[in-house]
Amino acid sequence: MRNPYRTQKIAFFFLLLSTLLIVVPVGLIVVIIIQKGLPAINWQFLSEVPQQGMRAGGIFPAIVGTFYLVSGAILFALPIGLLAAVYLTEYAKDNLLTRIIKLAIVNLAGVPSVVYGLFGFALFVVFFKFGASILSGSLTLGIMILPVIITTSVEALESVPASFREVSLSLGVSKWQTIRNIVLPNAVPGILTGTILGLGRAAGETAPILFTVAAFYLPQLPASIFDQAMALPYHLYVISTQVPNVDEKVRYGTAFVLLALVLSMNLVAIVIRSKFRKKKKW
Amino acid sequence: MSKIVTKKLNLWYSQFHALKDVHASFEDKRITAIIGPSGCGKSTLLRVFNRMNDFVDGVRTDGEVLIDGEDILNGRTDLVTLRKKVGMVFQRPNPFPLSIYENIVFGKKIHGETKREQLDIIVEKSLKSVLLWDELKDKLNSSALLLSLEQKQRLCIARLIAVQPEVLLMDEPCSTLDPQATARIEELMRELKSNYSIIIVTHNMQQAARVSDDTGFMLLGELIEFGKTSEIFTAPKDRRTEEYITGRYG
Ligand SMILES: Nc1ncnc2c1ncn2[C@@H]1O[C@H](COP(=O)(O)OP(=O)(O)OP(=O)(O)O)[C@@H](O)[C@H]1O
Ligand SMILES: [Mg+2]
Repeated sequence: MRNPYRTQKIAFFFLLLSTLLIVVPVGLIVVIIIQKGLPAINWQFLSEVPQQGMRAGGIFPAIVGTFYLVSGAILFALPIGLLAAVYLTEYAKDNLLTRIIKLAIVNLAGVPSVVYGLFGFALFVVFFKFGASILSGSLTLGIMILPVIITTSVEALESVPASFREVSLSLGVSKWQTIRNIVLPNAVPGILTGTILGLGRAAGETAPILFTVAAFYLPQLPASIFDQAMALPYHLYVISTQVPNVDEKVRYGTAFVLLALVLSMNLVAIVIRSKFRKKKKW
Repeated sequence: MSKIVTKKLNLWYSQFHALKDVHASFEDKRITAIIGPSGCGKSTLLRVFNRMNDFVDGVRTDGEVLIDGEDILNGRTDLVTLRKKVGMVFQRPNPFPLSIYENIVFGKKIHGETKREQLDIIVEKSLKSVLLWDELKDKLNSSALLLSLEQKQRLCIARLIAVQPEVLLMDEPCSTLDPQATARIEELMRELKSNYSIIIVTHNMQQAARVSDDTGFMLLGELIEFGKTSEIFTAPKDRRTEEYITGRYG
């Protein structure tokens, strides 16, 4: 005799177990990094250049470098991604080509970041001769986060009710004016969410910047977009594996700053999204 | 005087023949009702007049639709001008998620009216003509989504009136409203009639009888009978019309 009550209990147990298997490691990572990294954080650590072969001093150039890279990536990816999303939702006919393009974009989001790094190196560093520079790195990161921005923007645009478009058009408003005045304003929160998620991803990745921009050690800040720069994820990699005898505190401090940066961006995205959900009434 | 005249109007959705040789004449400053069973092409006919069918893939039309004597089906028709002149009220009240004020001035603003005093006048006039001014004049800046269904539908009519149309196309405008609200919207339609030509699609036979001057009965894409409402409802010429209005059709 099968006992449905017991079956349910067993199923529940396994569901709980797998949830814990996911949640516990993530929680542990955060806890350990906070525990070991927080003591390293002080004004000096955040505002000074590395010293003694990066075993002491601060990580200021890496923070600035990451800031430049992320800004550059978004400057490039947001307009292109948004225009692509508008084209795909509002203008493209639903045919085979459109469906292939949409499928390609979804798949691009799953391409390993090191492949983007190699691609960026071949295209921007070598072919366009930008060299290893903030420009090359930003463009590479921008291309990497394009799929995220396009897919979330497409979702945001598609969630604007068709009736809004219909009414607007029926009032003698042109298609482009309808998109500008009704569709885009109502899609902004969704687009913003996608953009911030993209930002977080761009800030955290090492592989795409490895060949395209990242400097091992650069005491002075970059002066133009054609300069190399340090960046947080690469710096963390360097002091963890390439430089011997770095104090654990410095490594975990760097990890803490990076984690805080990425998590706070994701938090902002979550807050925007939930606020928007509450406000939405149609 | 005829506002809209259709001659041998045909429409296909890809292979599907949705309107078949429709000949009709819609009079100015009168209410014309279009009745008929579901799927017979009432909405399709309405959407020919403001060319909203253009957005459907694979639509083909043929024949003539004259509005004030001008054929609107040819490629030279300016759709923006046409849609300003021939406006539409939809089945579901659908205000934008904006304030009451911004809803009403939406079209006007985009069409280039920017002076605040002018827009204020338009808002007052439009709300007065749908009998909402007294109710809403103190909360013009609150969200239109907070209004009742009936108020929303009136607001949608006001939003349309603000762009100064000449023809109002109404596709089952009362189907989401309760009987009292329906009666009040019908009252409003009678008031609006002196300034606009109104064409209303309705499933509600009593509504057609109460509110309209002329009535057209459609069946499977054909306009079976068209004439004075009083005649259609008392002495229909076609057997199918009679069967429909006496309730022997689905
Ligand atoms: N976009 C479309 N593509 C293909 N066929 C369509 C389309 N829109 C409507 N039709 C078909 O055309 C016919 C007429 O549709 P229409 O919406 O005009 O009917 P209606 O009389 O307004 O019906 P209802 O009373 O249910 O609103 C229907 O058979 C419908 O299936
Ligand atoms: Mg219909």
